[in-house]
Amino acid sequence: MKKRQPLRLHVPEPSARPGQHTDFSYLHLTPAGEARKPPIDTTPAQTADLADSLVRVLDDKGRALGPWAPKADAELLIRGLRAMMKTRAFDARMLIAQRQKKTSFYMQSLGEEAIATAHAMALEPGDMCFPTYRQQGLLLARDDVSMVEMICQLMSNERDPLKGRQLPVMYSYKRAGFFTISGNLATQFIQAVGWAMASAIKGDSRIASAWIGDGATAEADFHTALTFAHVYRAPVILNVVNNQWAISTFQDIAGGEATTFAARGVGCGIASLRVDGNDWLAVLAASRWAAERARSNLGPTLIEWITYRAGAHSTSDDPSRYRPADDWQHFPLGDPIARLKQHLIQLKAWSDAQHDALQKALEAEVLAAQKEAEVHGTLQDGHIPPLASMFEDVYKDMPPHLKDQLAQLEAEHHGH
Amino acid sequence: MAIDTKNDLALAEPPQAAAAAAATPSRMTMIQALRSAMDVMLARDPNVVVFGEDVGYFGGVFRCTEGLQAKYGAQRVFDAPISEGGLVGAAVGMGAYGLRPVVEIQFADYFYPASDQIVSEAARLRYRSAGDFTAPITLRMPCGGGIYGGQTHSQSPEALFTHVCGIRTVMPSNPYDAKGLLIASIENDDPVVFLEPKRLYNGPFDGHHERPVVPWSQHPLAQVPEGHYTVPLESARTARPGRDVTVLAYGTMVWVSEAAAAETGIDAEIIDLRSLWPLDLDAIVTSVKKTRRCVVVHEATRTCGFGAELLSLVQEHCFYHLEAPIERVTGWDTPYPHAQEWHYFPGPARVGAALRRVMEP
Repeated sequence: MKKRQPLRLHVPEPSARPGQHTDFSYLHLTPAGEARKPPIDTTPAQTADLADSLVRVLDDKGRALGPWAPKADAELLIRGLRAMMKTRAFDARMLIAQRQKKTSFYMQSLGEEAIATAHAMALEPGDMCFPTYRQQGLLLARDDVSMVEMICQLMSNERDPLKGRQLPVMYSYKRAGFFTISGNLATQFIQAVGWAMASAIKGDSRIASAWIGDGATAEADFHTALTFAHVYRAPVILNVVNNQWAISTFQDIAGGEATTFAARGVGCGIASLRVDGNDWLAVLAASRWAAERARSNLGPTLIEWITYRAGAHSTSDDPSRYRPADDWQHFPLGDPIARLKQHLIQLKAWSDAQHDALQKALEAEVLAAQKEAEVHGTLQDGHIPPLASMFEDVYKDMPPHLKDQLAQLEAEHHGH
Repeated sequence: MAIDTKNDLALAEPPQAAAAAAATPSRMTMIQALRSAMDVMLARDPNVVVFGEDVGYFGGVFRCTEGLQAKYGAQRVFDAPISEGGLVGAAVGMGAYGLRPVVEIQFADYFYPASDQIVSEAARLRYRSAGDFTAPITLRMPCGGGIYGGQTHSQSPEALFTHVCGIRTVMPSNPYDAKGLLIASIENDDPVVFLEPKRLYNGPFDGHHERPVVPWSQHPLAQVPEGHYTVPLESARTARPGRDVTVLAYGTMVWVSEAAAAETGIDAEIIDLRSLWPLDLDAIVTSVKKTRRCVVVHEATRTCGFGAELLSLVQEHCFYHLEAPIERVTGWDTPYPHAQEWHYFPGPARVGAALRRVMEP
């Protein structure tokens, strides 16, 4: 019998670990302005090249190039810049609050701010996002969601709209098109498709926008969502935020090696794009294209957003133990805030002085919101929602066994 | 919770109160009754949709949705990919939108891929969002054995649902209850797992597999009103009044227990729970305090089965009234076998033996 080589299990490894330098050539970038822009009624199969290349608008000099450059006046761009800076200032402040034990936990979106904030501006009132825990930018891009209320959720205090039931950052804002965050990964992806199917069943014009990270695409719910979205041509945008890292596992462990997550969409018969997620203009343009497709009954679009998780996964994580500490400085797609700022300055619509003034104003705004929220308590000072609320909303009406258990807890609490 | 006397039907009596409220009763099998419930709700509420594997054009492998797509169109009644996680996940999203989806899981044995969507999502959506989003969905699942279905078409997983806070778990034992409970489930704002004992689809099977099948057409509980009515959730039914011992049962085991009572001559009071959780505890406590004895019967495996919870509740609420240890009759702690099905199934002989044991002085 022919002697064969012993088989060998392939376990992907990133190109660098702490103390080394990442080789980012695996990202295979396309120059800004080069990716073509198909009509919205393109067939999914015809987007195969766009699922492999990279839609980029802003070049390294801050110029907006090519067919994807969106119609966006300076006022909208400044709104976008402000939303990103507000998100970053909010995150920075809440990290401090976590270290002060005013909240138990926090998750920042450092480096990824363009994706949620630009996407939010491509949607319409009535649309529904099904986010992960790193899309706070969807809320912070809006002026109708108060930071005070968000901080009350983070501090699980007496004004926490979620009554102290959820981990910090697991917001729920139906009125702002923000679905309740689960914490179990990927579950929201298929739910978004179901929500979109419902809109189509009712003959409405609302669309859904589903969010997932590169790591969680390995869950069954991701693949199920793609199948259902394709089968029923659901009016949904399927966003995959590829920030390269799922806690400590590199995107290759989720299945990104030598392929793209956007290519999964093409394989399922879904129009798909791979987009520079640190390019606010590219995010706006691709989101508008996908939203227009959904609203025109042309079905789902999958968008893989290439970005980099610049901070730790959460306040419980220390990335210096598994990846180079200076990785973000070398990430070839840069910092989304710096890039949009550069573009606005080039348009002569913005200046360093204005930027610094806005930064200071936003920091003051966040600090004022925190102070106002703390009036209603923090997790640390014990001003938490009432114990009875623990038993509410398990069912619409409280069944007898929960009334009994509530009475037992109250007796216990009052020292009987 | 008091027993709802309107629906507390004695076996020999037709459901007159409901019949008066709805249109003329007609004889229905449980399959026809379930179909009628969905038909009524599809007609009444434009937010009701029905979907699942094979439920559209074909009408379901058990024919429960036959004709509904032709009547209401493919936008309201449609086929779905073979993905239970997808079925339930999509239903949660639809529920959040404002629809009332009715999902068919082809066999209860197939629900496991949907566990996360049921346990972590549907059950907790209202709680975690403080009422911002809800999932008013109904998950229909044929359950139980007796059809030579082997270990993947015979299971009774009710305890896996009753253990989860935020879900309602319901199991009818006859066509009248099946329709009324299904309508109540669809109209309920909580997620409901609606377990359908498939061996009862075509008749009140009492465990005597060696005898000819008794069809529903000869049974008073097959008199089902054509129109809208509900059987309230959290309400048990006294299937057989009696003085000697209380039997707590649901689904197929209601009929097995009736056969056991008839064959032993023991005057058992058989409580058909109908809603497993939340539960009609008052009906149980009232009956056990009266009879002073209790036997719990279910087809599911024994250890950590729903019977364990029933035993605890009876012990907590009726201990000083009991004259004998509480007995449990269940399936064995094995997978559901194929060839040995009737040695697994808790039939009238096994239930009868337990009745005799608790009646020993």
